[in-house]
Amino acid sequence: MAISGVILVLFLLAHMYGNLKVFEGQDAFDGYSHHLRELGEPILPYSGALWIIRVVLLAAIVVHAVSAITLWRRARRATGGKGGARYASSKAPRGAQRSYASFTLRWGGVTILLFVIYHLLHLTTNTIAPGGASDSPFERVVNGFSIWWVVLSYTIALIALAFHLRHGIWAAMATLGANTSPTRRKNLNIIAVVVAAVIVVGFLVPPFAVLLGLVG
Amino acid sequence: MNITLRVWRQRNSDDTGQMQTYQVTDVSPDMSFLEMLDVLNENLTISGEDPIAFDSDCREGICGMCGLVINGLAHGPKERVTTCQLHMRSFSDGDVIDVEPWRAEPFTVIKDLIVDRGAFDRIIQAGGFITAPTGTAPDAHAVPVPKLDADAAFDAATCIGCGACVAACPNGSASLFVAAKVTHLGLLPQGQPERHSRALDMVAQADLEGFGGCTQIGECTAACPKGIQLDLISRLNRDVLGALAHRG
Repeated sequence: MAISGVILVLFLLAHMYGNLKVFEGQDAFDGYSHHLRELGEPILPYSGALWIIRVVLLAAIVVHAVSAITLWRRARRATGGKGGARYASSKAPRGAQRSYASFTLRWGGVTILLFVIYHLLHLTTNTIAPGGASDSPFERVVNGFSIWWVVLSYTIALIALAFHLRHGIWAAMATLGANTSPTRRKNLNIIAVVVAAVIVVGFLVPPFAVLLGLVG
Repeated sequence: MNITLRVWRQRNSDDTGQMQTYQVTDVSPDMSFLEMLDVLNENLTISGEDPIAFDSDCREGICGMCGLVINGLAHGPKERVTTCQLHMRSFSDGDVIDVEPWRAEPFTVIKDLIVDRGAFDRIIQAGGFITAPTGTAPDAHAVPVPKLDADAAFDAATCIGCGACVAACPNGSASLFVAAKVTHLGLLPQGQPERHSRALDMVAQADLEGFGGCTQIGECTAACPKGIQLDLISRLNRDVLGALAHRG
């Protein structure tokens, strides 16, 4: 759960950084997309490095999902299928301190998976092309995010991602043994909030820049 | 004080059970929660009804025997307090208070508010011990222990095994309990020979008993009457990783 999650978070940081090249204009953004495919040449074939990354990411997602389903099934078995809602009393529906982020982690993960499929169909394969398909990645981005409801769908997905990362990053670090004291627990939670915020804001800036006409 | 109680009544482990409402009048704010239940039970006995079964022993907050989910929170609304040390002054006149047993599949309800915590005993049997030579007591300071280690081990050893961590955990995980026991022994020189096998065996037994896995939500620590900290679970994980690496 934790190790696959860390791989995915590192990917998100790199992906977010790449997206910000949209501000350097069409040549830089399309060039970045092209260079990703030339990465590692001539040792690796064209698109070789990209396919290695894709396989690693797919494996990370599979491991992440299998671990999540295992934990979910064990939690269901241990709590009679009711989790945190197994008490008749309705006076502490959120327990003593648990966060909304931890509460929605599992369904949030499903939401993010559905979004990733939509996102790949939209901007990678261009199968779904609101605003018009194009061979230029830059034009795909501009065509898509000029439409308000495309930006809205991405915003909703990224809010789900923000909550998922806020608890997930903390939990990954604690699971791997980084939580060494109550003070460290606070600091790890701060790190999780900051990294989640950086990733989500970083991803939201390009779509909104397109929507507001700052890029394009 | 006059209190309305909604109490979980269940005749035996096969019964489905349900919440039942009782009125308790003239409650003193200085009564402990269990003393308030004693008063209710006296009245129930006088009127020929079956008294409510609940666990308690020392009533000093140090034995780990008592434990009720009060208003949806293990050991009630106060932090770092066992049910026996929770007093009625923490509530207000006219309150409706929900009282339920610990809920987790490995903790079978025996009757009303009493659950079987034998699963914890079996986890201890799996690794919560040290191999020590028997005979006369060893000299004090024969084995030097750094002060900070001794303090940290003692903090972990304050776990009374009440099971509030499991009751509070949305995953029904016993990780905080296992972590406290593994830390308590693993920090001391006497606990080193079995350090690796202890971590692996106790975690394996907890899994076998049917407890859930930890997802670092922290409800256990919030519910723990002894303030066992969440970082002990990280320490347990480090011990497990070390043991797996060592075993190869």
